[in-house]
Amino acid sequence: MENQLIHRMKVNGDMAVLDVNSGAVHLIDEMVYDVLGVFDGKNDEETVSTLKNKYDESELVEVLGELHELMEEGLLFSPEFDVPETFATEPVLKSLCLHVAHDCNLRCKYCFAGTGDFGGKRELMSAETGKKAIDFAITGSRKRRNLEIDLFGGEPLVNFGVVKEIIQYARKREKEANKNIKLTLTTNGTLLNDENIQFLNDNRVMVVLSLDGGKEMHDAMRPFPNKTGSYDAAVRGFKKIIASRKGWNYYLRGTYTHFSTHFAEEVLKMTEVGKEISMEPVVGTTEPYTLTEEDLPVLFAEYDKLATEYLKRRRGEGEPFDFFHFNVALDNGPCVAKRLAGCGAGHEYYAITPSGEIYPCHQFVGREQYKMGTLDTGVVRPDLVKKFRNTHVMTKPECKKCWARFFCSGGCHANADLVNGDITKPYEYGCRIQRKRLECAIVLQALLTEDTKEGAEDMRPEIDNFKFQVGKTEEKRK
Amino acid sequence: MKKHVKTVNKAMLNG
Repeated sequence: MENQLIHRMKVNGDMAVLDVNSGAVHLIDEMVYDVLGVFDGKNDEETVSTLKNKYDESELVEVLGELHELMEEGLLFSPEFDVPETFATEPVLKSLCLHVAHDCNLRCKYCFAGTGDFGGKRELMSAETGKKAIDFAITGSRKRRNLEIDLFGGEPLVNFGVVKEIIQYARKREKEANKNIKLTLTTNGTLLNDENIQFLNDNRVMVVLSLDGGKEMHDAMRPFPNKTGSYDAAVRGFKKIIASRKGWNYYLRGTYTHFSTHFAEEVLKMTEVGKEISMEPVVGTTEPYTLTEEDLPVLFAEYDKLATEYLKRRRGEGEPFDFFHFNVALDNGPCVAKRLAGCGAGHEYYAITPSGEIYPCHQFVGREQYKMGTLDTGVVRPDLVKKFRNTHVMTKPECKKCWARFFCSGGCHANADLVNGDITKPYEYGCRIQRKRLECAIVLQALLTEDTKEGAEDMRPEIDNFKFQVGKTEEKRK
Repeated sequence: MKKHVKTVNKAMLNG
């Protein structure tokens, strides 16, 4: 029985153990893997007697000696700890998602935004509301210097005139208020053209480009209203903007569903368009595309398959690609206070609708009980702010005992609400997928770290927190 | 030098 203070993992034959409360990662052999299934830090004799039929006793004693050394160094069986004092009770705004268009020129079958209108009327944000939102962000962020604004929809480019005004205003206010604003725009790509690409590049706007894999899969899920596929139009735009940025400052982001569980192949098809890739599971309840229990073993095998290809290419066999969920920095990363805050929805992060309503995040838009105010009134639900702030991995019963808690930050509140009707109850299906891809990420980055220590070129991904890299003249290569 | 364990990182959780 594995001790809850550690987690062992196997990915494609490679093994590692995570010391949950310190973050230490160790690559291990099979004997250590088996020993840690019994050993709890104190029961040496029981461990030897349990495993002596499989391993030589002197070797078992040697392994236990190594494990005791790690314990003395604070790298194994580290004890649990309390919420750090630095986790402030009063949150400070760090990011906003501006719904510049509750309208879209596509009719994607799984869209949580109800094909763009979020279940309401089709509506575009005005420049006045957009500017008010920028002011709300600057005021709410108080002395915090770094701010993030995501331009979202629907499809933001159906309202490009207003998008331009908002971006220009944000850059102006940024200087006046001595802020550093990271701007991101999420688009289906079909409306990208020379003019808007130039504008987005000139204004250092990161882009998230929605692509679901190869042509067949993408067209099946992401059609135009006349039911024709959008792949050709989207990829034309994506290739143009990626080339204009020398392969920097973008992510291709896809969604897999019950109809596309063999997603590894789709990810590899995406590498023909760009090398910065994220592919995420759809979240549903009863819709035909909803992932099922029977899909899970297939999905896990796909992550293993993708991990094999990812490692092979980073070790020199083919062109490396970036996969968002395999990006884990083992040497650094945010402090625990930051890990508890997670995405910040409902306390550090809000979504603003076209009419200026405030919701905890883009996925809560349209769920009336979560409306938190308007740009005119400000946030008028301190009860909700407090609830979101204090719903984290050290307060949620299921999260408290999960080994992945300091990596996942408790999962998505909106999914928990959608599936369980309660943000304090994690969406367990999503947790299982999250744990699988975290195991892949930890083992992959551990192997690449060891490669580096042994003298190979450092092929770990550059985790730049999706910050706009200025002045890149050479193609991105890892 | 440990024979069975390679420590990859130094405990990062240990603002």
